[in-house]
Amino acid sequence: MSTAGSLIPPRTQQHQAAEPAAPNAVALARQGRRDRLLVLSLLLPAGALLLALLIIPVGWLFYLSLIEGGEYSLVHYERIWTMRSYQNILWTTVKISVIVTVICAVVGYPTAYLLAQLPGPLAAVGLAMVMIPFWISILVRTYAWLILLGARGPIVPFLQQVGLTDNPFLLLYNETGTIIGMVHVMLPFFILPLYANLRSFDWNLMHAAASMGAPPTSAFFRVFLPMSLAGIWAGVVLVFVQSIGFYVTPALLGGGRVTMVSMKIASNIQEYFDWGAASALGVVLLLIASSILILAARLIGGGQLWGTTR
Amino acid sequence: MRDLHHISFWRRSWLFLVVLATLLFLILPIFVVIPVSFSDSQYLTFPPPGYSLRWYSAFIESREWQASLRASLTAATLTMLVATPIGVMAAYAINSAAPRWARLAYGVVLLPLIVPHILIAIAVFYVYIKLRVVNSMPSIVFAHALLAIPIVTITVLAGLKSFDMKQEMVARSLGASRLGAFFFVTLPQIAPSVVCAAVFAFATSLDEVIVSLFVAGGENTVLTRRMFVALRDAITPTVAAISTIIIVASLIIAGLILLLNRRTSR
Repeated sequence: MSTAGSLIPPRTQQHQAAEPAAPNAVALARQGRRDRLLVLSLLLPAGALLLALLIIPVGWLFYLSLIEGGEYSLVHYERIWTMRSYQNILWTTVKISVIVTVICAVVGYPTAYLLAQLPGPLAAVGLAMVMIPFWISILVRTYAWLILLGARGPIVPFLQQVGLTDNPFLLLYNETGTIIGMVHVMLPFFILPLYANLRSFDWNLMHAAASMGAPPTSAFFRVFLPMSLAGIWAGVVLVFVQSIGFYVTPALLGGGRVTMVSMKIASNIQEYFDWGAASALGVVLLLIASSILILAARLIGGGQLWGTTR
Repeated sequence: MRDLHHISFWRRSWLFLVVLATLLFLILPIFVVIPVSFSDSQYLTFPPPGYSLRWYSAFIESREWQASLRASLTAATLTMLVATPIGVMAAYAINSAAPRWARLAYGVVLLPLIVPHILIAIAVFYVYIKLRVVNSMPSIVFAHALLAIPIVTITVLAGLKSFDMKQEMVARSLGASRLGAFFFVTLPQIAPSVVCAAVFAFATSLDEVIVSLFVAGGENTVLTRRMFVALRDAITPTVAAISTIIIVASLIIAGLILLLNRRTSR
């Protein structure tokens, strides 16, 4: 399949092996090379766009992050390490991302576990319910949470009546609201790869465990759970890496009281035009995200991870 | 269900309840927006105290929202037209190249999915400021195309994997040019995945928020940017009316893709 695009080169090699002096071998080899170059040249438009709008500009921003007042300086990175406000932002980002990831795992695992066992049509309905939010704009979903969690929504007035709270903004414009909104966005990213992983589980193993006398709970913990670890890790990585880069949900449901890294990057540009500070924070975010992804790809296999992103 | 005879249904009922609650958590919020869009109150009261169409007429009568709708649809259509051919070319090259090159090229093409969007946003913004093209339609389209190309490539590559390239070679050995073989033999057979990819590209542009917040303002303020600002600064049910339209449109697009996939797998 790999040389499928150019039939000629392998034949040339066979030719050379059999009779090295074949008269047209050189011409065939040359055509094979031209052919391969032609195929690779199809990557040029995509490569040019990536180079012009992503690779060069990010490199440029990296350079800017090392400049202050016209000379090289690490002051932008120092600020991230030493300033209280930056530490708070990093801490908030990591804390919210960890909480969101844990909730997604705890709630998502039973869902994927049950969906993987349900008969076809029922599983399809369940999967559709997981996929539909995936398709709806994040702004629409955030708006829905603004209604549901707000002071005039169905939940808070009820809690007030029952006497559990007297705070109309118990669930909105704070970390709680941000976390609820983010879990709603991220949950499909946990369930879908795990579901794909569990679907291929060989249920005979559970019968084998049962026939050896294992009670269902211990069969689950000692056979099923260990075999689904790759799926869990794929989901955890996807959720965490995306969570630390979140912008829209915390910006709207946090109501200005929750600042995550992405929001600080944006405000550094939009309010202060401080490219160096924004870039340094962006570089830190990129390094954290990419090192987690690379590590995860090494540990659980790239296909498991990439094959499942939308 | 085969292992159910080990644990009785009732002992597993908590599992069913947890999963049902989770699925409802996922799906219900989306349908909260629809009744609010028909509300007659300007507050985000749920359930709405009364019903009216005033937020739909507010949307239709607002010149700003109409301009944004037009800008979004234009950007999405152009993004689809730019990203689809570029992504198809990339997918074809990755599918045909030697594995070593293919893996490298695939990794590079997928970069926009890996780099946090906020970083892409400020990187693109920086270039556009230097070139003085911020807020122009072509620059919005190229920024959106950057984000759509990896998705197009993944989708078309999946189509190419199930296509037998030998057919294209047969056509070429019978005298078809490389381009001719692609257009008359390969393309018709991977057409569903290409259409699917084009729809994804359209949806990517229509959905994009963060990059648009930086590069799609002024006359070309796209819908998502205007919605974001409205949700942040002054929430009115006008946004609910627009959201309802978006929900219906998204479900139609999703249905279309599902239909296409089913036809492909047949």
